[in-house]
Amino acid sequence: MSKQKIVVIGNGMVGHNFIEKLVASEGNQNFEVHTFCEEPRVAYDRVYLSSYFSGKTAEDLSLVTPGFYEENNIKIYMNDKAVDIDLKAKTVASEAGIIIGYDKLVMATGSYPFVPPIKGNDRPGCLVYRTIEDLEKIQAEADKGKVGVVVGGGLLGLEAAKALSDLGLETHVVEFAPRLMPVQLDDGGAALLKRKIENLGVRVHCSKATTIISEGETCQNKMVFADGETLETDIVLFSAGIRPRDDLAEKVGLTLGPRGGILIDNQCQTSDPDVFAIGECALHDGITYGLVAPGYAMAQVVVDQLNNKTATFEGADMSTKLKLMGVDVGSIGDPHGNDEDALSYVYENGPEEIYKKIVVTPDGKKLLGAVLVGDAEDFSNLLQIMLNDMDLPEHPDALILPNRDGGGGDLFGPDALPESAQLCSCYDVSKGDIISAVESGCCTMADIKASTQAGTGCGGCIQLVNNVLNSELEKRGVEVNTDLCEHFAHTRQELYHICQVEEIKDFATLISKHGKGHGCDICKQTTGNIFSSLWNAYALEKDQIPLQDTNDGYLGNMQKDGTYSVIPRVPGGEITPEKLIVLGEVAKKYKLYTKVNGGQRIVLFGAQINDLPAIWKTLVEAGFESGQAYAKALRTVKSCVGSTWCRFGLDDSVTMAIEVENRYKGLRSPHKMKMGVSGCTRECAEAQAKDIGLISTENGWNLYVCGNGGMKPRHADLFATDLTKEEVFKYVDRLLMFYIKTADRLQRTATWLENLEGGLAYLQDVVINDSLNIAEELESQLQTLREGYACDWKRVVDNPEYAKRFRSFVNVDSPAEQLFVEERGQLRPATEDEKLKGIAVEVKELV
Amino acid sequence: MSEFQSVCSVNDLIPDAGVNALVNGQQVAVFYIDGKVYAIGNYDPVGKANVMSRGMTGNIGDALVVAAPLYKEHYNLATGVCIENDALSVPVYEAKIENDVVFVKV
Ligand SMILES: Cc1cc2nc3c(=O)[nH]c(=O)nc-3n(C[C@H](O)[C@H](O)[C@H](O)COP(=O)(O)OP(=O)(O)OC[C@H]3O[C@@H](n4cnc5c(N)ncnc54)[C@H](O)[C@@H]3O)c2cc1C
Ligand code: HEM
Ligand code: SF4
Ligand code: SF4
Repeated sequence: MSKQKIVVIGNGMVGHNFIEKLVASEGNQNFEVHTFCEEPRVAYDRVYLSSYFSGKTAEDLSLVTPGFYEENNIKIYMNDKAVDIDLKAKTVASEAGIIIGYDKLVMATGSYPFVPPIKGNDRPGCLVYRTIEDLEKIQAEADKGKVGVVVGGGLLGLEAAKALSDLGLETHVVEFAPRLMPVQLDDGGAALLKRKIENLGVRVHCSKATTIISEGETCQNKMVFADGETLETDIVLFSAGIRPRDDLAEKVGLTLGPRGGILIDNQCQTSDPDVFAIGECALHDGITYGLVAPGYAMAQVVVDQLNNKTATFEGADMSTKLKLMGVDVGSIGDPHGNDEDALSYVYENGPEEIYKKIVVTPDGKKLLGAVLVGDAEDFSNLLQIMLNDMDLPEHPDALILPNRDGGGGDLFGPDALPESAQLCSCYDVSKGDIISAVESGCCTMADIKASTQAGTGCGGCIQLVNNVLNSELEKRGVEVNTDLCEHFAHTRQELYHICQVEEIKDFATLISKHGKGHGCDICKQTTGNIFSSLWNAYALEKDQIPLQDTNDGYLGNMQKDGTYSVIPRVPGGEITPEKLIVLGEVAKKYKLYTKVNGGQRIVLFGAQINDLPAIWKTLVEAGFESGQAYAKALRTVKSCVGSTWCRFGLDDSVTMAIEVENRYKGLRSPHKMKMGVSGCTRECAEAQAKDIGLISTENGWNLYVCGNGGMKPRHADLFATDLTKEEVFKYVDRLLMFYIKTADRLQRTATWLENLEGGLAYLQDVVINDSLNIAEELESQLQTLREGYACDWKRVVDNPEYAKRFRSFVNVDSPAEQLFVEERGQLRPATEDEKLKGIAVEVKELV
Repeated sequence: MSEFQSVCSVNDLIPDAGVNALVNGQQVAVFYIDGKVYAIGNYDPVGKANVMSRGMTGNIGDALVVAAPLYKEHYNLATGVCIENDALSVPVYEAKIENDVVFVKV
């Protein structure tokens, strides 16, 4: 059978999503796919476009896994625009002169920003906001200017305003309608939003019509309004709506709507049965959708039909929830109560700046719409009620009134939702999908994310998904058993809390009061770790020794042959020749295998237990400290060479790395932590792969959190931007202490964040806005721990009692037998085979 | 040949932890739990290194155990049998404390 040839015009969010879905579909091998990409780069995430200004690069925004098109044999024509279609011959012609035939054509051409026909709208500094190239232009103009005006106070306009103010411009928003977000909000909600945004330093001008843009006096442009007022500005950023890109469709005779948009039916078919249109360019039932989720739904409908399945697109919900300049805003259904008899309930809380309104049917039974400003917690709940046509409680206002005494609680728990309820709209994951995921073995939020993608888009659904997950697990009697082990019916968090509150400092007390039996390696290691996180407990104290895993207990990592590695701390990777010589001499004397590791440190391998104190005595005397490579603690802070030497460097990443390393060294945490500092966005230190990453920008440090390499790499999330050094320390102090307090046993920051209810936004709220009111406590705890820091090895060197632990034998003074062979001029452990053959030698014989 | 030999004083032991002793040329891991001593071979049959004395102790059900420090298998201190795989075991030696002196019979 010959393959069906599918041509896709437009490689934007929806065009790419269509191809991804097609490749994942069962009929994948029956298709040959070609796609035209007008832009100079493959599909990227416009939804997060603004994060470009807070440090994300074009690569970060890309939606395409590198190699995706090549691996799936998809022909992509970059930088090439489709300019003609022959509907009869079924061919597409491109600007570069390529002509290809198709069996089915998919148009995903998106839309373009509408620029109102104002005189002077083409002056320098007049820009739009849709592509990465647009952003580059905005950045360039912002570097020169001081003032920016956004024309249009809708969703996109406000996001653009945030970007301008982040770029350090004095920012204004000019809206033609009498209120902000006229489509989504009512007067009350819009007024509150305006107040909040103005508090952030952005000036909002409503009911203003721009008549002309001309040369300015103090800035490069001057805007003149219908009421005669003027505004001087360098940038005029138009965000006055979008228009479907239907010109090509129009040219070849496909039917358009009266006000534009490629007309499609419920099958996403255009007036030509072999041509589909999906995404923002399509007009369905009188509506063009300016959101990405409906476009993804259309893509699915077409993919299903190509796989010979029936599927229909019957419109989509346009409810939105987002954070605009840090203000939570939610709009559901019809918030205006356009139905005359509709009833509405409003809750307004002046001091806390919260506005909520719901609109219900005249009989009070069903929800029609809602507006939430300042607090959008109720969003998912309300949306589910409306989408699933659920009956309202007797007093619908209970849905938006604060639940202060904890009485009412969730009026609609996860069990009330039907299985068809869509929980994650970004990836169209229903409650039923979550249930099947649980049935196939998913037990944690991280599993659910990996298997269904739910919660990995905007993240708005995480709480709801988590509730469904827990309730399903409970139903299955998967007792969500969080007991640490058979000795303690508690989680690590609970034990931490118990030890803190009751000031417990030893295992015997803890297990006699809160556990049973003798304990085991799991609970002992956990408590030992908790004691050191809480009280700086020292591993070699008599009552702490049994709680240490061998690495922690002998202050070195045990290697496969029972010897240990010696890793001194080298802050910033900066090491003097004198210290290098000492390392070399120690390695030579004790015949240690020497290697530079991946963490900017030099490692000496093969140290026998009885030699450790003497080795470290020499190192400590030369000024070295323990690198804690054996501990659940800060390992290394990797840094690039930074502005001192590098011609691109914006700040001194080495000094920063040294200060960070010295600040957090020795701090015991649930798992190891790594950090990185880069002097500019070229990111040579790979800081975004670390638990804590810092990247210097023109305006300060960008802080990334909860990344890691290892078995399951995770890119760190951008946490805060343009920080001073003091702010960096403040946030990192709080974040690390919060992690230590709340993480599970051996949970790295990446999995911790993945499982944290509320995700990144919640963490930011706790750390930056101190929403739990614990910041001060966290900071002072960290300070106490820092002040109690002492080098683990210096203590051994200074105290012969501690050094006793490092004897090879309790009854004989000689070292244990240890066999090595030589390789490339150094020693390595002998293999079993080499031992049998007698090739191996003992170090004693060599020294 | 097989008789108790004195190894060290109880003061050289640390409750709930182990030490390594050289007895008749054999490495013996000696653990001290609840006032009693337990002795097993120091050689880890999985990790193939002399490290058992550096493992963590505890109980699994009724059995007192030590976790091998390299790959964390648990061995019953009374029988030497591995909990995870009963085909594996380490030798067990008699041990006792008399007048604060630790004796092991290898
Ligand atoms: C700043 C910003 C923030 C946004 N925030 C959100 C949000 O929070 N939530 C949400 O749901 N939506 C949001 N959106 C909207 C969302 O990005 C769009 O709905 C989505 O990108 C539409 O996808 P599309 O594929 O239809 O169009 P596009 O992504 O625009 O892709 C169309 C592509 O086709 C190319 N093209 C056009 N004509 C041709 C041709 N003839 N030949 C070859 N290529 C062609 C274009 O160059 C473009 O690359 C936002 C948009 C912006 C700009
Ligand atoms: C003129 C430019 C550059 C030079 C001369 C240079 C040189 C080096 C050298 C000598 C190393 C050490 C290699 C080793 O481990 O043996 C290195 C490592 C590295 N460089 Fe560069 N580099 C340059 C630019 C960059 C840039 C632009 C990036 C980032 C985009 C980068 C990222 C890295 C990374 C990630 C490592 C690995 C660090 C490690 O794990 O040890 N380099 N570079
Ligand atoms: S991250 Fe930037 S400053 Fe640091 S070495 Fe690389 S290019 Fe230079
Ligand atoms: S990657 Fe694997 S083999 Fe290499 S050091 Fe880490 S654990 Fe050992």
